[in-house]
Amino acid sequence: MEIRTTFHKRLREIQDDVLIMGSIVEKAISRSIEALKKRDLDMAQQVIADDLKVNAKRFDIEEKCIKLIATQQPMASDLRIIIGVLNVVSELERIGDYAEGTAKIVLMIGDEPSLKPFIDIPRMAEKTKEMLRSSLDAFVNHDAEFARQIVVGDDEVDGLYEQVFRELLTFMAEDPTTITRATRLIWVAHNLERSADRVTNICERIVFMVTGKMEEIGASKY
Amino acid sequence: MMNTKYVLSNDKVSQYNKVKVRTEEVSLYYGNFQALRDVTLNIPECAITAIIGPSGCGKSSFLRLLNRMNDLIAGARVEGLVEIDGIPIYKRAIDVVELRKRVGMVFQKPNPFPMSVFDNVAFGPRRHGKISRGELTDIVEQSLRQAALWDEVKDKLNQSALALSGGQQQRLCISRVLAVEPEVILMDEPCSALDPVATLKIEDLMRILAKKYTIVIVTHNMQQAARVSDTAAFLMMEEDRAGVLVEHGPTSQLFTNPKDQRTEDYITGRFG
Repeated sequence: MEIRTTFHKRLREIQDDVLIMGSIVEKAISRSIEALKKRDLDMAQQVIADDLKVNAKRFDIEEKCIKLIATQQPMASDLRIIIGVLNVVSELERIGDYAEGTAKIVLMIGDEPSLKPFIDIPRMAEKTKEMLRSSLDAFVNHDAEFARQIVVGDDEVDGLYEQVFRELLTFMAEDPTTITRATRLIWVAHNLERSADRVTNICERIVFMVTGKMEEIGASKY
Repeated sequence: MMNTKYVLSNDKVSQYNKVKVRTEEVSLYYGNFQALRDVTLNIPECAITAIIGPSGCGKSSFLRLLNRMNDLIAGARVEGLVEIDGIPIYKRAIDVVELRKRVGMVFQKPNPFPMSVFDNVAFGPRRHGKISRGELTDIVEQSLRQAALWDEVKDKLNQSALALSGGQQQRLCISRVLAVEPEVILMDEPCSALDPVATLKIEDLMRILAKKYTIVIVTHNMQQAARVSDTAAFLMMEEDRAGVLVEHGPTSQLFTNPKDQRTEDYITGRFG
């Protein structure tokens, strides 16, 4: 017989909030890359403005967690869920910052001509978003096994990052006038690479939440 | 399936000095009713062990096994082994009065005797042997100091103990136990009749006493068990209402990552 109905309902609501926050962050990644591809400075401005919403959501969730700890004295898996949520929201908030960072780079690039068509950077973004979405599924379903599998995707993102880096390096070596533009694109790629690393952190937290064990499940090359 | 038995593994116990009290497959009956079944538990010395579990699971009965308080109940019968320092306490040759001196008990409601503060604490030492007035004064002061009560009562030692507050009365009862120099202190819901501040004082006191004494506490308050104990044991009732030990482990583990699903369900409030 369930006897802490109200408490468990609130705990469920907090986890739903994390999903909402996750989808806002995912959208921020999409739009920052979209803004880069289309040189859409308005969209970039919008991503920067929307990051405030991500931060506000994070504080809102944290406050709810603190209230539950203070008033309900959660134990065992309930306690681990709350600690997991606190960790996951701070990772999501950072991923949001990386998207915001990318949007700022888009503003810096302005209407400078492109070095080359964007192929690998959007692929990195797609893979990162896929990992993020999967991690949120694993989070809401308390699925540690799935969380462990998601981490494998980070190697793919790392591989793409390496590819982007090498290619841009070639541009710079051949023509020093491209250095500024190429460096900015390396920053964008780096933001995505770091975002994927943050997703692996989320996955580690999910494993802890479910099993109570702290494990490092994927070490990024970068 | 419900007969799984957990014993604190040896590597976990070795964090503590040694096992002070040990029960092995202990069952307790009240007439035809079996109150406890096959409880095997190692209680470490100079540490606090909390017994938790739903009402009626046999927590208090288990506690009372440890100083043979159940002997006083007609029809009570014990099977299995209960040892203190490796010596079985249910042997006929055991002096029960001596045993209860070594294994003191603090009850749910403070129960000071209707006499002065001094006489309450001096009661045990007087009964247990001839003792000079000077020695007695020392013992009373020492016991009251250990129970963190001395400063509050030193000027009213001759006043009635019944005039003290509930929290003070409970600390007086603890002093009374300490005065006969026990080794093990059993506490049966010692704070359930106290306000939060008095409760925290007792908990603080317990941590200090645990440096010298082995403490076993029964509590309904899971947060209290989590705050105060070093190891925790979870008991629950089986279908025939007999209490069994489900899990015993370090408190930090039992309340964050219990091994048994039944413990998890109980401490997260998914059944009660």
